[in-house]
Amino acid sequence: MIEAKHIIKSFGERTILDDINAVFEAGKTNLIIGRSGSGKTVLLKNLVGLYRPDSGEILYNGRDITKMRIGEVKVLRQEVGMLFQGSALFDSMTVFENVFFPLQMFSGMSRKEMVKRTEFCLERVQLKDAGHRYPSEISGGMMKRAAIARAISLNPKYLFCDEPNSGLDPQTSIVIDELIHDITVEYDMTTVINTHDMNSVMNIGDKIIFISQGKKGWEGNKNELMKSENQELNDFIFASDLFKKVKKAENLNLLK
Amino acid sequence: MVLANFFEDVGKYVLMMRKVMTFPQRWKMFFRQYMDEVQKLGLDSIWIVIIISFFIGAVIVVQIALNMNNAFLPRYTVGFVSREIVVLEFSSSIMSLILAGKVGSNIASEIGTMRVTEQIDALELMGVNSANYLVLPKLVGLMTFIPVLVVLSMVLGIFGGYFVCHFTHIVAVADFEYGIQSFFKPFYVWYSISKSICFGGIIASVSAFFGYYAEGGSLEVGKASTNAVVMSSILILISDLVLTNLMMQ
Ligand SMILES: Nc1ncnc2c1ncn2[C@@H]1O[C@H](COP(=O)(O)OP(=O)(O)OP(=O)(O)O)[C@@H](O)[C@H]1O
Ligand SMILES: [Mg+2]
Repeated sequence: MIEAKHIIKSFGERTILDDINAVFEAGKTNLIIGRSGSGKTVLLKNLVGLYRPDSGEILYNGRDITKMRIGEVKVLRQEVGMLFQGSALFDSMTVFENVFFPLQMFSGMSRKEMVKRTEFCLERVQLKDAGHRYPSEISGGMMKRAAIARAISLNPKYLFCDEPNSGLDPQTSIVIDELIHDITVEYDMTTVINTHDMNSVMNIGDKIIFISQGKKGWEGNKNELMKSENQELNDFIFASDLFKKVKKAENLNLLK
Repeated sequence: MVLANFFEDVGKYVLMMRKVMTFPQRWKMFFRQYMDEVQKLGLDSIWIVIIISFFIGAVIVVQIALNMNNAFLPRYTVGFVSREIVVLEFSSSIMSLILAGKVGSNIASEIGTMRVTEQIDALELMGVNSANYLVLPKLVGLMTFIPVLVVLSMVLGIFGGYFVCHFTHIVAVADFEYGIQSFFKPFYVWYSISKSICFGGIIASVSAFFGYYAEGGSLEVGKASTNAVVMSSILILISDLVLTNLMMQ
C-alpha cells in the first residue's frame, strides 16, 4: 500500500500538484486519470522518488520515501518496477538482456537461476520467441510487454505504469491492460497506472483518482464513475461520444 | 547571466563526476563494458588515426623542407624538426582534437539519447548509479587506450615523412634518418602520452556531461553532441597551453 499525504510540487512559480491525498491499495490496479497536462506524470515521478515533493509524505507500507537516505531509497527501488511512457528499454541490449539486467545487478542468483527467471518473465508476457531481438526490431506492443517483463523480473511489490497503452491499437491496449491487472492480482502488487484512456478505466479501474489542475477532483471505482456528479470529471469521461451513449443506456437501465 | 549559467554547469559537472567516481556496483559488468568501450572508442578510431597521422607527417616534412631551403641549415634539421612537431604536439593535441570530434559526439549522443528516452530514469529507478554505470567505462576506456593511439600516431607520422623522403628525395633519406634520431629526449614521448591521457579524460567526461543533462528530444541530443565537441576542443586547447607551460619548464 502506498499513501500520498498532502503532496505539493511546483516548478518555479507554477504549482503543478496542489495538496494531493491518495491511497493506492495492494492487489488492485489504482488508476490516476486526468486531462493531458493535469500533472499525472509529475505525480507518478514524485511517488517513485524521481522528483522530490516540496512538502508532503509518501508512505510505502508506512515508510516515508521523502525522508529516506539515498542508500535506503536504493534498497526500496529493488521492490519497485516501472513501465515508462516510451518503454525505455535499453536499446543496446536484446529483449532477453533487458530482462536479465536487473537480475544481474541485484538478485544475487546463480546464472542458471537468472536465465530461468528471465525465461519465466518473458513467457509470462508471451515474448519467449523474441528474446534475441533488439528493441528497435520489435513492435510497440511487444516493447511494452518486454518492459513489463523487465519491471517484474525482481518480483516487485510496487508497479508503476505511465500510460501503458498510449500509441497502441485498442485490441493491443486491452491485452496490455489485462496483463498488468492479472500480474497485480497474482502477486498482490500495489500497482499505480497513469492513463487517459477511458477503455482502460472501465476495464481495470479497481480504484480511480481523478486529477484536475493539480488537485484531486474525484475518487472512486469504475462502477461509481458513471454515476458521479462531478462536472469536471463528467466533462473528461463524456468527451467521447461512445461514453455519452453508454451513460444514456445506463440511465435507461439497458445495461444491467 | 552567462557567468551564472557557466557556474551552474560547472556545479552540475562536479556533481555528475562525484557520482561517476565511485566503485562499480558489479565489477564483472564493468569489465565487460570496459572492453566494449575500448573497442568502440579506441579500436574503431585506429584507422582514422593511421590515415591522418601518415598524411600530416608527410605534409609536415614537405613544408619544412620547402621553407628551410637555406644553405646555413644542415638538411637533417628537417627530420629533427618534424619529429619534434609530431611527437610533442601533433600526436597528442591535434590527434585529441580529432578524437574529440569522433568520439566526443558519439559519447554525447549515446548518453543523450538514453536520457531523452528515459533509459537513464529506468536505470536510476532500478537502483543503478546511472552516471557511474554509463560514464566510468567510457572514461577509463578512453584514458587507458588513448596512449596506444598516440604512440601509433607518432610512428605513423614519422613514417609518413620517411615515405615522402624515400619517394621524392625532397630530403635525402639518410639525412632524414639522421635527423629523426638526433637530440632525442625520451621524456618528450612520456610528456605527450601524459597530456593525451588528460585530454582523453576531458573528451569522455565533458561529452558525457552534455549527454547526461540533455533535455527534450532528438533535436536537443544533436545540440548536445555539437556542444560536447566544441567544449571539449576548447578545453583541450586551454589545458594544452597550461600543461605545456607546467611540464616543459
Ligand atoms: N520538469 C518540469 N519542469 C517544469 N514544468 C514541468 C516539468 N514537468 C512537467 N511540467 C509541467 O507540469 C504540468 C503537468 O505535466 P505532466 O507531464 O504531469 O502532465 P500529464 O498529466 O502527465 O499529461 P500527459 O497526459 O500529456 O502525459 C505541465 O504543464 C508541464 O508543463
Ligand atoms: Mg504524462
